[in-house]
Amino acid sequence: MNEMILPLLVAAFVAACASLLGSFAILKKMALVGDAMSHVALPGMGLAVLFKFNPFIGAVAFLIISVIGIWVVEYKTSLSLDTIVGVFFTTSLAIGALITPNQDLLEALFGNITELSALESVISICLSVFLIFALFYIHKKLTLCMISAEIAHSVGIQTRKLEFFYLLIFALAVALGIRFVGALLMGSLVIIPAASAKNIAKSLRAFLTWSMIFGVIAATLGIYISYSRKLAPGPVFILISSFFFIASLVIMQLRKTR
Amino acid sequence: MDIVRSMKILEVKNLNISIAGTIILENINFSVEKGEVLAIIGPNGAGKTVLLKSLIGLMNYSGSVTWSQGIKRGYVPQRMDIETDVPLTVKEFFHLHESAPSDKKIIEVLGYVQLDTKILASGFGEISVGQRQRILVAWSVLGSPDVLLFDEPTADIDVAGQESIYNMLYHLQTNLGLTVILVSHDLNVVYRHASTVLCLNRQNLCLGAPREVLTPEQLLSLYGGEKAFFEHKHKH
Repeated sequence: MNEMILPLLVAAFVAACASLLGSFAILKKMALVGDAMSHVALPGMGLAVLFKFNPFIGAVAFLIISVIGIWVVEYKTSLSLDTIVGVFFTTSLAIGALITPNQDLLEALFGNITELSALESVISICLSVFLIFALFYIHKKLTLCMISAEIAHSVGIQTRKLEFFYLLIFALAVALGIRFVGALLMGSLVIIPAASAKNIAKSLRAFLTWSMIFGVIAATLGIYISYSRKLAPGPVFILISSFFFIASLVIMQLRKTR
Repeated sequence: MDIVRSMKILEVKNLNISIAGTIILENINFSVEKGEVLAIIGPNGAGKTVLLKSLIGLMNYSGSVTWSQGIKRGYVPQRMDIETDVPLTVKEFFHLHESAPSDKKIIEVLGYVQLDTKILASGFGEISVGQRQRILVAWSVLGSPDVLLFDEPTADIDVAGQESIYNMLYHLQTNLGLTVILVSHDLNVVYRHASTVLCLNRQNLCLGAPREVLTPEQLLSLYGGEKAFFEHKHKH
C-alpha cells in the first residue's frame, strides 16, 4: 500500500494540471495539439536513454524547442496550428521510434509512473502545482484569447506572448504526464477529462472544476487498479476517463430530452 | 465647443496594406475628431474590415496610425463565431474584462444595451446572435472607452434588430460622449447617425459629411458593380 502512495499523488497532481490545460485547449478547438506534442517528446526521451541522462530533461528540451518552432512558424506562415503540429510532430514520433532502443520503446510509448524515484516524484508534484497556479493566474486572459483573439487584442492583451506562455506550460505538462501515460496516450490525459467536463458544464467555473475532478479521480483510480491488478497505469487511466466521457454524454443527452 | 470639436484623436496617413502580395488598401488618409461618428462604407471586399483591424493593431501595415495619448478603445467585431455549448455564462464573459467590473457596473452597461439582467445566467453560446452583439457592445464600454470601433455590428441581425442596435449606438454616443468609428453597408444608418463618411474601395474615394459627399455619381462609382469600379480604376 505504501509504495502506491507516491505514484498516486504524482498521478493526481499531474492529471489535475493536464486536465486544466486541456480545458483551454478545448476552448480553442486545438484538442489534437497535446496528442501531437507528446510525440515530439519521444526523440528527446530516446536520446536520453541512449546517452544515459534523465528522460524528463530530454523530453523537456525537445518540447521547448518545438514550442518555439511552432510558434514562429504559426506567425510567419498562414498555416493553422493543427496543421503545423500534425506534420511537425508525427515526424518526431517516427524519429523517436527509430532512435529509442527497443526495450525502452514500450515504456516511452505507454509510460510507467511506478519507475519514478522519490525525488522525481516530488519534483513532478511541485512542478504540477506551479503549472496549476500559473494557469489560474492567466485563466481570464487565456479564456478571452481562446474564444476571441481579436477582442482580447483590442483590450491590450498581448495575445502572441500569452499563446507562447500557454504552449510552454503545455510542453512542461506533457513532459510530466508522459512518464505516467506515455507518449501515445498523453493527448488523452489532456483532452478526455476536459471533453467530459464540457458535456456537463454550462459555466467556466464548473467546466474547469469538473475537468480537474474527472482527471484526478481517473488518475487515482487508475493507479489503484493498476497496482491491485498488476496492469499498466496509463491505459487503465484512459479507460476510466473514457467511461467518464460516456457517462457525461449520457447526462448531456438526458438533459436535452428533459 | 469648438475647442472640443477640433481635438483630433486619430490620424491616419499613407496607410497601405497588402495581404499575400495583393494590395487591399492604398494610400488611405483621414483623421477623426473627438465626438465624431465616422462611418466607413464600401462594397464587399473594399477593405473596410481590414482598415478597422489595422486601426487597433490587428493587421500589419505601412504608413502611420496615430492615436492621441491615453485613448481607450472598445471594439465590437462583425461577428463572434462561438460554439453554442461553450461553457461560459454571460456573467462570466463580463468578468473576463480586464477592468474587473463590479456587478453594479455590469448591470449598468446591460441597461445601455437594453437587456434584462436575467441574461447574465444564460450560456454565452446559447443566446441569440442579436443578443450576443448587444452583449459585445456592452462589454466594449465596460472599461469606459473614449472611442468605440464597430465592424458592421448588425451583419447577422434582422432589420428590427439592426434598427434597435443603431438606436442604442446613437444613445451611447450622445449620452457617454463617445467617438464612434463604424463600418456599415446601410446608407440609411450613415445618413441618420454619421457625422462623417469615408467611402472606401481599396482607396479613399470620398471623405466628408454624408449629405455633401454621397452624390449619386459617387455612389455609382462606389457600388456600381464591377464595371463601374473597373472604369474608375482606369481613370487614375
